[in-house]
Amino acid sequence: MTHTVFVIFGGIAIVSALLCITRRSPVASALWLVVTLFALAAMFVLLDAQFIAALQVLVYAGAIMVLFLFVIMLLNLGRPGPTDIKGPLGLGVAVALAGAMLFLLRPLGQAALPTSIQLPPGSVAALQQQRGIVGAVANPLFDAYLIPFEIASVLLLAAIVGAVVLAKRKL
Amino acid sequence: MLLNDALVISAILFTLGVAGVLLRRNAIVIFMCVELMLNAVNLTFVALAQTIGVGGQVFVFFVMAVAAAEAAVGLAIILAVYRHKQSVSLQNMNLLKDG
Repeated sequence: MTHTVFVIFGGIAIVSALLCITRRSPVASALWLVVTLFALAAMFVLLDAQFIAALQVLVYAGAIMVLFLFVIMLLNLGRPGPTDIKGPLGLGVAVALAGAMLFLLRPLGQAALPTSIQLPPGSVAALQQQRGIVGAVANPLFDAYLIPFEIASVLLLAAIVGAVVLAKRKL
Repeated sequence: MLLNDALVISAILFTLGVAGVLLRRNAIVIFMCVELMLNAVNLTFVALAQTIGVGGQVFVFFVMAVAAAEAAVGLAIILAVYRHKQSVSLQNMNLLKDG
């Protein structure tokens, strides 16, 4: 059952990603990307990552994609214009390179992890039972990954200042 | 086990992101394709976190923080370029080409 639902959401993600890269209007592309992000959030839930799924909806589908749509509409690019998709040569190169890449990534379908690094099945779910769904992620975040966490806050501050400096006409 | 299906779906999504970057000329759409690639990698991290340990989910948290910072700065750059060139098409960004 879980497997079927997972494959259905994977299919939704792939089809809407395909539509995202082929729609002519940037607004349509952005909205199809939102569908992909929601399907990925559903897959995260099925993979025992409910907190990450909530973050995916809030941060990606909520904040980042709104920023994209905001810029598209600010620049008035939403109206249908001449297509920005490359001609037959560009299409051929893109399809050939993507096909080669998919061919190289094909062993992932049968990849098996060495048993020495695998946890016993259900141990992540057990950890979430014990510490709570947020606690299972928050505990390592504020313990082993504390310094990267603080560096991420400095990075976000730098991004805020950088975005204001770049986008402002005159300081 | 959903691991192998997740890895296959992630590979396909990443490839679609690469194809989108190669196929489009609109800088904003190319940027969205980069976000698609980041999300495909996030799916791999979450799928492996289920088998190897919860550290993968912590890493996805950091990827999201970096992606948010990157989107803010990248879109500000696109805004600045649009103000300069009245276009977001990469065809018009050929300063290094005319010699």
